[in-house]
Amino acid sequence: MTNRIFGSGIRRREDPRLITGQASYTDDIKLTNMAYAAILRSPHAHARIVDIDTSKAKIAPGVVAVYTGSDTEGKLNPIPCAWVPPDSDVKTVDYLSIAKDTVRYSGEAVAVVVAEDRYQAEDALELIEVNYSPLTAVVTSDDAMADGAPQLHEDAPNNQAFHWVASGGDTDAAFATAEVIVKDTIIQQRLIPNAMEPRSAVASYLPAMGELTLWNSTQNPHIARFLCSLVTDIPEHKIRVIAPEVGGGFGAKIPLYPWEMITVFCSMQLGRPVKWTETRTENYVSTTHGRDHIEHVEMAANKDGKITGVRGLVYAGMGAYLSTAGPGIPTILHGLMYSGPYDIPNIKADIYGVFTNTTPVEAYRGAGRPEATFLLDRLIEMLARELDIDPVDIRRKNLIPKFEDGHDVAIGLTYDSGDYEKTLDVALGHVDYQGLRNQQAHELEHGRYMGIGVTCYCELCGLGPSQVAGAVGFGGGLWESATVRFYATGKVNVFVGTSPHGQGEETTFAQIVSDEIGVPVDDIEVIHGDTDNTPMGWGTYGSRTTVVGGGAVVLSTRKIRDKAKTIAAHLLEAAEADIEYEDGKFFVRGTPDQSKTIQDVALMANVAWNMPEGIEPGLEATTYYDPPNFSYPFGTHIAVVTVDPDNGHIDLVRYVAVDDCGPQINPMIVEGQVHGGVAQGVGQALWEGAMYDNNGQLLTGSMMDYPLPHAHQLPDIEVLSTVTPSPHNPLGVKGIGETGTIASTITVYNAVLDALRPLGVTKLNMPLSPEKIWRAIHHQS
Amino acid sequence: MGVTVRVTVNGQEREAEVEPRTLLVHFLRETLGLTGTKIGCDTSQCGACVVNLDGNTVKSCTCLAVQVDGSTVTTIEGLSEDQNLHAVQEAFWNNHGLQCGYCTSGMIMASVELLKRNPRPSAAEVRDGLEGNICRCTGYHNIVKAVMAAADALGG
Repeated sequence: MTNRIFGSGIRRREDPRLITGQASYTDDIKLTNMAYAAILRSPHAHARIVDIDTSKAKIAPGVVAVYTGSDTEGKLNPIPCAWVPPDSDVKTVDYLSIAKDTVRYSGEAVAVVVAEDRYQAEDALELIEVNYSPLTAVVTSDDAMADGAPQLHEDAPNNQAFHWVASGGDTDAAFATAEVIVKDTIIQQRLIPNAMEPRSAVASYLPAMGELTLWNSTQNPHIARFLCSLVTDIPEHKIRVIAPEVGGGFGAKIPLYPWEMITVFCSMQLGRPVKWTETRTENYVSTTHGRDHIEHVEMAANKDGKITGVRGLVYAGMGAYLSTAGPGIPTILHGLMYSGPYDIPNIKADIYGVFTNTTPVEAYRGAGRPEATFLLDRLIEMLARELDIDPVDIRRKNLIPKFEDGHDVAIGLTYDSGDYEKTLDVALGHVDYQGLRNQQAHELEHGRYMGIGVTCYCELCGLGPSQVAGAVGFGGGLWESATVRFYATGKVNVFVGTSPHGQGEETTFAQIVSDEIGVPVDDIEVIHGDTDNTPMGWGTYGSRTTVVGGGAVVLSTRKIRDKAKTIAAHLLEAAEADIEYEDGKFFVRGTPDQSKTIQDVALMANVAWNMPEGIEPGLEATTYYDPPNFSYPFGTHIAVVTVDPDNGHIDLVRYVAVDDCGPQINPMIVEGQVHGGVAQGVGQALWEGAMYDNNGQLLTGSMMDYPLPHAHQLPDIEVLSTVTPSPHNPLGVKGIGETGTIASTITVYNAVLDALRPLGVTKLNMPLSPEKIWRAIHHQS
Repeated sequence: MGVTVRVTVNGQEREAEVEPRTLLVHFLRETLGLTGTKIGCDTSQCGACVVNLDGNTVKSCTCLAVQVDGSTVTTIEGLSEDQNLHAVQEAFWNNHGLQCGYCTSGMIMASVELLKRNPRPSAAEVRDGLEGNICRCTGYHNIVKAVMAAADALGG
């Protein structure tokens, strides 16, 4: 077939509504008789609630109701943690929607006001009087696990949330016999995801029917429904969750939050619709954060640069409570990726989850794999310096050689396919690596400091299969479903359980269907995000939507094609074995002029006037696709920076990403995913970081204080790719949503350290602020 | 307690009684039902709420409805004429200049103004010109590309 739609960078089909202001996000929804909720949040990071006086608020203008933890007690069950890795002693402490006796982070809810409009609700918050008895707060994992530290939860001694260990080979022996060992302590600073759309919920409960409709800014409406039924005791089939337009998520819209359950509670109490939308400042304390690791890591190697072992002892701050997927991030999605793209025979990940008086931590773009990639390529860079080997040569020496169908790594995973060295070669060739090194030497001769960072990565995504999900304690399945439905007019709806929020699957899924069955993309509409009209699915995260959801879409379309072939044979009065298919047409072999189009078949299947014997009417198919393995995209990224020693200013001069996500359905969208992912990873390296004071007050509590990447700080991002299909899924695709973030933080970090090496600076904590660099250069702490 | 505000919004005369403290963005979204203008922060950083006020871009979260009495406001809903997309909208679409779409209204409104001031900007000037708008999805790469393409299309 010529000009395949699969592989074409067609412009997105969801864009017209977004560029004209016609799209509806949750906060854009306005229902008749709707009231507005505002949540009073604890200013203390750790305190006893002595008493709460809501009397003044209750009589304030426009106020409909005020509720506290006493009102929700017995009516809202605790917010569940849904990822409990086995054999790790996870303390799933109770997380109440509204705190009753104790608050454990600044931002936890203590009361809610419902009023006729939002201004009135916010006004009344100020009239609620809460008498707190402050307790000592603990903010970092180190402090929380120290002797005598304040304890957050009675049933979590030493503030230990869990302890998880994974290993392969014999790391003790590897380190005991190592010719060289490099080690570091890495601070993966806490990040604030900052999806541009703040979180929002509209709850409409019909008491007469016992039915709830919840519009919710979520990445996974079906999971939200499931968990919402556990919290509210409304039966799952009586709950409809709708994720309308969702303005970014980056992991922070995976969890079920107390706030939307409070909104539901208010609607149930009042029998009228209630909307809650967070302010950005509220988002900073109440929407989940990411990362927050203290990592003691080391690498063993031979003098020739061959790596023999890697191990890490990690303290992962979880915040005050375990968020929905929280414990799975530093363990399964981090500790299992300590081999990266390298052949390392002995690996150990020893991970502690730690409660602190801070906002709960969840997945944030990359979720565990950026941290794993960072520690590996940080240690390799140190090893290269120690052994005086070029950082590229040492990587090349340790890369797993090309494989097409499965490679077992020591920690127990089986990677699907990889050609790591090829991405390295493409990247080096693109930048003229030796030329860059020559230029670096030349610049240095003139007193200018240029740095080059090269990272090879491999990551685990496309989350599934379900059997593995069960084995690693994920509280749900990881399959996906899709229904493809043809109408009599030949037009098509595709209903999917995934819930994209910027990734463009309304376009790419239509491309898959079009490619398989010859219907123009404009005749296909993809429906997602509504539990009432989409088949069950586990949602959009972990770079799984195209891999797993796309698998369901293509298999459903192939089922349609098979049925259509049967019907076409009947209409053409030919044996099915003689029917061939091409470009949307079925014809008798050798006589292509006698054909039936897929539209002809769709019409007949829908009216069913003349169907083959035993074939049901309709042209529709549903597939529940459970992938046999994760997908493992990989690549090589290169950053070039300059550092001005006089003021510590870093200029990110160039960024090159070579990624392999298998065949690309829409290269324009793939590139867009890489651009955005890279920007977020660069943000962590250079600017971003949540900072708390010792009392647990978030100092970076607004967009004024938390430096998000701006346009003028970033260069154009040069995106290249190689194509190594995954052997195990029907499209051969791998995830691409997180690779940019996974690789870019360490790439930029290593580039900056490379620039600073002639100045004697070998270690810095992120973010690499100009002040920090200036002080390091001038030996001031 | 209400104050009457008369504004020409997207070519239509609109009149409503509002509390004096009502922000322009809330007036547009809640009173007039024009939800294309978004709210992304509460500190005037993000630019999701950018609209055109009497020929200049403003952040409508930083402006009271009563301040615009007698003024002319254009929002994203009023940017295109006769169902045809504005060249900047078209360029954002063609160049994948948006992903989740939440910053897009403000980004497009800011870009339209940027190109009015500087019809042939360099890429660096586009990046500087959009300093008041934050996008978390695109890394700005395709936004810059889109604005440059729009400059070409507008023949500046």
